[in-house]
Amino acid sequence: MEKTGAQIFVDSLMEQGVETIFGYPGGNVIQIYDALYDADINHILTRHEQGAAHAADGYARASGRPGVCLATSGPGATNLVTGIATAYMDSVPLVAFTGQVSSALLGRDSFQEADITGITMPITKHNYIVKDISELARVVKEAFYIATTGRPGPVLVDILSDVAAARTSQEDCGPVNLPGYRPVTEPDPEQLNRAARAIARAERPVIYAGGGVVSAGAHNELRLLAELILAPVATTLMGLGGFPGDHPLALGMLGMHGSKYANFAVNECDVLIAVGVRFADRGTGKRDLFARDAVIIHIDIDPAEIGKNVEVDIPVIGDVKKVLAGLIERLEKKLPGAWQEKIQKWKKEYPITYEENGRLKPQQVIREIFKVTNGQARITTDVGQHQMFTAQHYTFTRPRTFISSGGLGTMGFGLPAAIGVQVACPDEIVFDIAGDGSFQMNVQELATAVNYQLPIKVAIMDNGYLGMVRQWQELFYNRRYSYTELINPDFVKLAEAYGAVGMRVTRPDEVASALREALDIPQPVVIDFVIEREENVFPMVPPGAPLNKMLG
Amino acid sequence: MRHTLAVLVENNPGVLARVAGLFSRRGYNIDSLAVGRTDNPAISRMTIVVEGDDRVLEQVTKQLHKLIDVIKISDITADEYVDRELVLIKVSAEPEKRGEIMQIADVFRARIVDLGRRTMILECTGNEGKVKAFEESLRPYGIKELVRTGKIAMLRGSRYTSITTNGSREDE
Repeated sequence: MEKTGAQIFVDSLMEQGVETIFGYPGGNVIQIYDALYDADINHILTRHEQGAAHAADGYARASGRPGVCLATSGPGATNLVTGIATAYMDSVPLVAFTGQVSSALLGRDSFQEADITGITMPITKHNYIVKDISELARVVKEAFYIATTGRPGPVLVDILSDVAAARTSQEDCGPVNLPGYRPVTEPDPEQLNRAARAIARAERPVIYAGGGVVSAGAHNELRLLAELILAPVATTLMGLGGFPGDHPLALGMLGMHGSKYANFAVNECDVLIAVGVRFADRGTGKRDLFARDAVIIHIDIDPAEIGKNVEVDIPVIGDVKKVLAGLIERLEKKLPGAWQEKIQKWKKEYPITYEENGRLKPQQVIREIFKVTNGQARITTDVGQHQMFTAQHYTFTRPRTFISSGGLGTMGFGLPAAIGVQVACPDEIVFDIAGDGSFQMNVQELATAVNYQLPIKVAIMDNGYLGMVRQWQELFYNRRYSYTELINPDFVKLAEAYGAVGMRVTRPDEVASALREALDIPQPVVIDFVIEREENVFPMVPPGAPLNKMLG
Repeated sequence: MRHTLAVLVENNPGVLARVAGLFSRRGYNIDSLAVGRTDNPAISRMTIVVEGDDRVLEQVTKQLHKLIDVIKISDITADEYVDRELVLIKVSAEPEKRGEIMQIADVFRARIVDLGRRTMILECTGNEGKVKAFEESLRPYGIKELVRTGKIAMLRGSRYTSITTNGSREDE
């Protein structure tokens, strides 16, 4: 049977088990949209291509399945760029499809032409431009394979409009042929033995767990290992939820805004078991003083992460889940001692806290969100103070419940990501904890949420500032608040204009009832929490300082 | 220290841009890069000369491996290998100087490939040291133009850097 390229595209998505895609039509994807019109694929029309990319990203982070977005050529494609870079930095399996001008127009600076494969080369795991219909099915297959295996990441496929329109009777797409792509998943037994011996000898072990634990689905193995060797677990921002935050061995987050006890523990440990982390600067503080006295074991699926930022003593390459299982097999139960006592003492002495002064504080709002949802919500965030307050004050106990742009730090991520999360998890409560600045970076996606009746709740931590930059200006720039004050629209009216429900909370005693009321409304709700304007995120490791030199 | 890498890549469009982009964004220094297809038209071979200590080289190699189009990387620096570079030099050659220049060409086993009224083009092949010495010998006559291919290299003896046609790796 003869098929068009667009039909092959749709069939290939179906073959990959894709249920939902996020996209935005345009001239060079008309053919593809025509095929989608009666396809058995749920298409969510966002209001901006960036929203489509973040929504697909949120969908992937929440579900563990690849997220798919679709945009037209030129501006449609370039609007995906921030979303693709966000997914790349956090190793999210995203497959982005873009239309491209036809072969007759390619390379002539034609209308809506942009070299999107060239543009996205440094922010994709791999990308393709499809110029021949005979390659299309194979390329789609390879794109999903690359995005979801090894260290996950975004793959972009650029499809010429005449390829989508062309016809072929070719049935077989040919084999996936990637001689240069062979991720190592099975750990080397000798490296496992070395790591196990170092752990067995450890007197002050600490586990430093990152997003790799979440994406490998290794949270159970991580908990078993920690309990076996009684190692406290500090997570990165991306690792939140990879270890239950309410566990006695949990140290919460380490790094710039980590807990004091996490940073102290990492600073004083004798063996650091780094699992699915990349020793990012926000986590390590001053690199050469990070875990200075420790033997560092680095477990990761990506060999290029070994020794990239920090010198490592024992690397173990492989699927984190398999590596942790291999370590558990090789280790014996340890008994609590002085180290565990010391950790508990630090936890008591330096709890994550905030000063209550009768005014509305973001920390209180976040703690109340935790309470009214029994800690069971899926939380997305934007980037800034509210993101750090969320990491500190909401106790994440399950993987894939904290969805945030960690590596790239993309403001405007939270709302479209929440849309993707709600689509992936229709029966769960989804909260977007937003900043007043970040919220406005993709506010148009409220229309998408209303359009598809997605009952996401947006909690805006509204302080009328770009709060994190303002905090740095206060601490390091002599309170010169250069262009960080925001004159905001009326968020309640704005929500209503989009057809969502708007609420405003200004007093601490209104928070719980407002949240409960919002949860009872089966529609998108925006709550404008008018919070203390100059609250700061503490503890804080100043930039360039070692982890044990915290402010606040 | 300078390292010589033999890199086998899929002969896909954009593969050179991927490799070059990787070097520039990660801040690695390429001394030279030569590329051409192998006996298998689907596979190209790059010879990359890169400056850096062992840590840098380890990162370069690992980051290159992450590129899907890169099939195999061999750092042959410490091995016995043959390396060659080809240089074309256009040099001022007034009639009274031609004899001297031709003598120099003889010493280096270079060839004269073009003779103009006031210039000559000489072609010389050799390892880096020879090419450099040749260039220095001609410099006093006035080099008008110089182009070199960049170094290509191959292991000596029966060892080779290759892949079989089905794509599986063969180290020795």
